[in-house]
Amino acid sequence: MDDREVILDIQNLRTRFDTQEGLVHAVNGITYKVHAGETLGIVGESGCGKSVSMLSVMRLLDIPPASIQAEAINFKGENLLDYSKGEMRRIRGSKLAMIFQDPMTSLNPVLTIGFQIKEPLKLHLGMGDEEASERAAELLALVGIPDASNRLADFPHQFSGGMRQRAMIAIALACNPTLLIADEPTTALDVTIQAQLVELVKELQDDLGMALIWITHDLGVVAGLAERVIVMYAGFVVEDAPVDNLYEDPRHPYTFSLLKSLPKLKEKPGAKLETIEGLPPDLLELPQGCPFVPRCSFARDICREENPALEEIAPSHRIACWVDIRTGELR
Amino acid sequence: MDNKPLLRVEKLKKHFPITQGIIFTKVIGAVKAVDGISFEIKRGETLGLVGESGCGKTTTGRTILQLHEPTAGEVFFRDINLLEVENGKMRELRRDMQIIFQDPYASLNPRMTVGRIISEPLEVHNIGTAKERRERVQELLRLVGLNPYFVNRYPHEFSGGQRQRIGIARALALEPEFIVCDEPISALDVSIQAQVVNLLEELQNELGLTYLFIAHDLSMVRHISDRIAVMYLGKIVELTSRDDLFANTLHPYSIALLSAVPLHNPAAERERKRIILKGDVPSPANPPSGCRFHTRCPIAEELCSLEDPEFREYEKGHWVACHFVEKAQKEMK
Repeated sequence: MDDREVILDIQNLRTRFDTQEGLVHAVNGITYKVHAGETLGIVGESGCGKSVSMLSVMRLLDIPPASIQAEAINFKGENLLDYSKGEMRRIRGSKLAMIFQDPMTSLNPVLTIGFQIKEPLKLHLGMGDEEASERAAELLALVGIPDASNRLADFPHQFSGGMRQRAMIAIALACNPTLLIADEPTTALDVTIQAQLVELVKELQDDLGMALIWITHDLGVVAGLAERVIVMYAGFVVEDAPVDNLYEDPRHPYTFSLLKSLPKLKEKPGAKLETIEGLPPDLLELPQGCPFVPRCSFARDICREENPALEEIAPSHRIACWVDIRTGELR
Repeated sequence: MDNKPLLRVEKLKKHFPITQGIIFTKVIGAVKAVDGISFEIKRGETLGLVGESGCGKTTTGRTILQLHEPTAGEVFFRDINLLEVENGKMRELRRDMQIIFQDPYASLNPRMTVGRIISEPLEVHNIGTAKERRERVQELLRLVGLNPYFVNRYPHEFSGGQRQRIGIARALALEPEFIVCDEPISALDVSIQAQVVNLLEELQNELGLTYLFIAHDLSMVRHISDRIAVMYLGKIVELTSRDDLFANTLHPYSIALLSAVPLHNPAAERERKRIILKGDVPSPANPPSGCRFHTRCPIAEELCSLEDPEFREYEKGHWVACHFVEKAQKEMK
């Protein structure tokens, strides 16, 4: 068991969107904890609710059309859902920071990089302009941008994709966050640049000791980065395990098939890839049983009738499945 | 297998002009998207083309098909020089060379039904009667694993993976021999990628197709390709069989690229030696002198900035463009 302090405790979070076509069930009751200094990977396909669940925690969704329900979202012992908008604004960007997938659309194109890094410093830490400028240059140097103090006057379009994402990280780190949420930060970037950023974030985390949630659809990135991985499907957490267990001994049929569908390094030439047939379910209408049933090769009668709860099957290893995939029998 | 190449590309170049002014336009430079590449693809073979964004992979594919007019160089398809054939003959040859695009959302006309999308190439080339074309469309839909009943539906009614199947059906309509697959799986979800890759492989076996498979995901390229070419800034830096590329990597860029690809294995990830390249890919409008990789290369010497290394056959069937192959082996592995 992890005996570090719990800094984020999400209890039964549900997020829905009211759209013209009907109610979209984006997140359907997820529960997990994040510990101080921990690196948590959240993996899933597009539309599985991984980003929406984090935006719900940050309270960055417009209500309506979104509606957020949860028993509690405790951040350092305080329920974020009880916070007023002003209180939320004070904590967002200081203790709770987030970086986004596309660094071009998340930086303001008409403001200088320096202005955008100084903004949280002035707002949250009450620094004066001169002090903030100094700190901003330090931060930019910290994320590995050469000649940092002169680049503060640059605009985002003068930076490359990798540099923009570094600038975003500098902004997120400005106030020493307790938790940094990274929403597919390297998806828009090339592999060699991705490797640079992953290395940078690892180093920064070692130095600064913050907790990190890394959202991605790439099972490879989390393997090298995370301590613990949560797998999401159709708005549910289906598996939650330490990283080694998840890759060596996946217990949920979805994780199992997903890992099997990846091309192996030592495969025979001409070998076929294993596929998961079918498509993820339409979130307008939640299925009665387990959401993975139509694509699952282990499915039993009970799977169609009742959705399994997330249960601990081994220390720190939770799955939501009726079946033990090692035997094919019910658990 | 017939060992004669189906496609031969020689010193192919594609430069896009950079212009200034609106009325009195003048050319002030060129983006050297593809800058002198040579390779062959044999019948029935899959050549993988990998590299980072902006390195000229897509331009290579399009220039081969003459969708862009090459700046220099030659492309031979069945020993016919595509740069010299007249338009009418070219149109005929196009039947045998097709392309599957990256983005299944942008490459299908949203106002056309699936039936019309797939039968359009047949109409353009005046093949068959209306009834025969309808039957052919249904046959193609079945071939790519879609329900023939879908002919009257519109693209928005399909998921990304299904749309990519429609794109594949369209490419197959004229029974081509050669298909450029331009990042056909990059826009798809992980669980759907394997479905599309398997389909492409099945079709290759059934119909004897030859592919140029362009991608940036090395693990998928490794799975599908017989040989792989690695591109950097408009040039091919290494070209060899897929097993050789992974077991006996020669070029410093390929070594760094392979070491940056995430493995799906946490224990191996912790132990592997990663080579983190410094900086970004330089602009193809103003590429570095000499070897284009020397600005980021961990083993570069003075010679590298002065002289462009020759693309040579270092070992049998293993081509590389680097002055210091031995040094890379010693110091980077």
